[in-house]
Amino acid sequence: MATISGSGTASRRMGAAARRRLGQGIAYALCILGSIIMLIPLAWLVRSSVMTLGQIFIFPPQWIPDPLALSNYPDAFTTVPFLLYFKNTMTILMPAVVGTVVTSSLAAFAFARLRWRGRDLVFGFLMTTLMLPYVVTLIPTFLVWSHLGLVNTFVPLILPAWFGGGIFNIFLLRQFFRTIPRELDESAVIDGANPIQVLWYIIAPLSRPALITVAIFSALAVWNDFLGPLIYLNDSNKFTLALGLNSFVGLYSSQWQLLMAASTMVLAPAVVVFLIAQRYFVEGITLTGMKG
Amino acid sequence: MATFDLRTLGAKTSSGGLTTQRRREAMWAWLCVAPAVLGFALLSVGPIVASFLISFTDWPIVSTPHWVGLDNYRQMFTSDPLFWQSLKVSFIYSLGSVPLDMLFAFALAVLLNQKIRGLPIFRTIFYLPSIIPYIASSVLFMWFFNPDFGLLNAILGVFGLPKLQWIYSTTLVIPSLILMSMWGVGGMMIIFLAGLQGVPRHLYEAVEVDGGNAWHKLWHVTVPMLTPVILFNLVLSIIGALQTFTQAYVMTQGGPDNASLFYVLYLYRTAFQEGQMGYASALAWVLFVIIVVLSVLVFRSSGRWVYYEGGEK
Repeated sequence: MATISGSGTASRRMGAAARRRLGQGIAYALCILGSIIMLIPLAWLVRSSVMTLGQIFIFPPQWIPDPLALSNYPDAFTTVPFLLYFKNTMTILMPAVVGTVVTSSLAAFAFARLRWRGRDLVFGFLMTTLMLPYVVTLIPTFLVWSHLGLVNTFVPLILPAWFGGGIFNIFLLRQFFRTIPRELDESAVIDGANPIQVLWYIIAPLSRPALITVAIFSALAVWNDFLGPLIYLNDSNKFTLALGLNSFVGLYSSQWQLLMAASTMVLAPAVVVFLIAQRYFVEGITLTGMKG
Repeated sequence: MATFDLRTLGAKTSSGGLTTQRRREAMWAWLCVAPAVLGFALLSVGPIVASFLISFTDWPIVSTPHWVGLDNYRQMFTSDPLFWQSLKVSFIYSLGSVPLDMLFAFALAVLLNQKIRGLPIFRTIFYLPSIIPYIASSVLFMWFFNPDFGLLNAILGVFGLPKLQWIYSTTLVIPSLILMSMWGVGGMMIIFLAGLQGVPRHLYEAVEVDGGNAWHKLWHVTVPMLTPVILFNLVLSIIGALQTFTQAYVMTQGGPDNASLFYVLYLYRTAFQEGQMGYASALAWVLFVIIVVLSVLVFRSSGRWVYYEGGEK
């Protein structure tokens, strides 16, 4: 402080510019270092997935596969019915995503736009579920599905999504809906539109980034879910990809090249969807903001 | 007179119309929130109450429940070493992973809030690991931690350090899983980033005018302005860490020697492998109470360290 105020204005400005450049340089270096740390496990995964059994067990490890053992992929694909698991996963994912988007946007609309008594109270109650540990609801929910004879079907993994789709999604959409000018839906109401029509024709088209964010969030949640399928699906014909990969681990515990190829196949679709949609995904959250 | 009557009549119907309009709006609102409210009742409140009641029963999955009062809790606290072991494992893991994950996520978010080129690419890379299915990252890290052929021991070898047993060692298994958790902090990072972007620029400019450096900006503007977000992330990551399951189930099966027997893994085994629904419900309720108490303590303390814009709260 003392030295800064002691120096001349011109040199002080120079110093500030130089310092800013230095700061940017450091930030840049740290970003690159961080990226390397984040990407190393993935690079390790991919290189292991295209190596032969002999090459994968060389220590210290090599980074360049020689020869390129692309056959690990078809091998993993045929030893485990991945296509069936993929189909099962999608059978759960599609209706669950639709249910989440539909019911969470309905609720978000009521919280963001409609005036009704008890609105804040109901919203507050729903918000508490954000902090509800899933283990405390696990056993009774399982017992109910079990008594309904619906264990070993996809129903327990799909139907809950149709009941509000989770408070986090409702919260996200509510925040986004509130940024849309009210004049738009008021003019629609004057033209005789009912609330559902306002949501469908006015709010939803203007909320595409937020709706896509919610859709991707819920799709990833189904894709990545492990405990749900583990508890509800017993029959290996009904396994999802996550469960299938787990049974693969048990069967081929030392065939690391196959395990890596299988893992890559399970995570690749999630990564690809994320990369395509991340424009909405990340901005949908950051722009919506977390302010109450 | 006639016109006057009409006017009062008109006023009456319009005010009557307003209340019916209000009523109709409320009706639509309840229709819209009906699925969410039903879900709240059927998937949250109902099961919480039910699991509380079930926790007082002996309920083998294959037969019918019968009331045993506090027996499950008594057994848990007095004669179940695995209960204490799993509680200890989950606590130690949480004590390590929550602060480290938050610090790392915060540091990454601060980096991404700088004005440098290629920011969207860095943001994507930092976020990417958090969208990877736990099962896939668990398999990947098993191989990563492999004592004989894994990458981590190869890196240690470069520095002339001895090989470690990582997840196959009773002392290193929890630190290893904490290290793994730091890889997936992208979600927390994004929430920090959203908070950072909401910090008004003029506050930083004020620090600059006063001759403050980057450290002053961080410590006197960024951190205080972000305390609400820190609170949010803290509570959610405590809840998440105490419920760790998949990594332990896939990578270590609780081993070696129960050193990674996480609480939820023990609960899962009790409920779905041994079929003891009553005892498992008691386990679930103990964790529930622990989480509620911890959350209340954190929120209570927040009055002292969380800064809310626009006055004291």
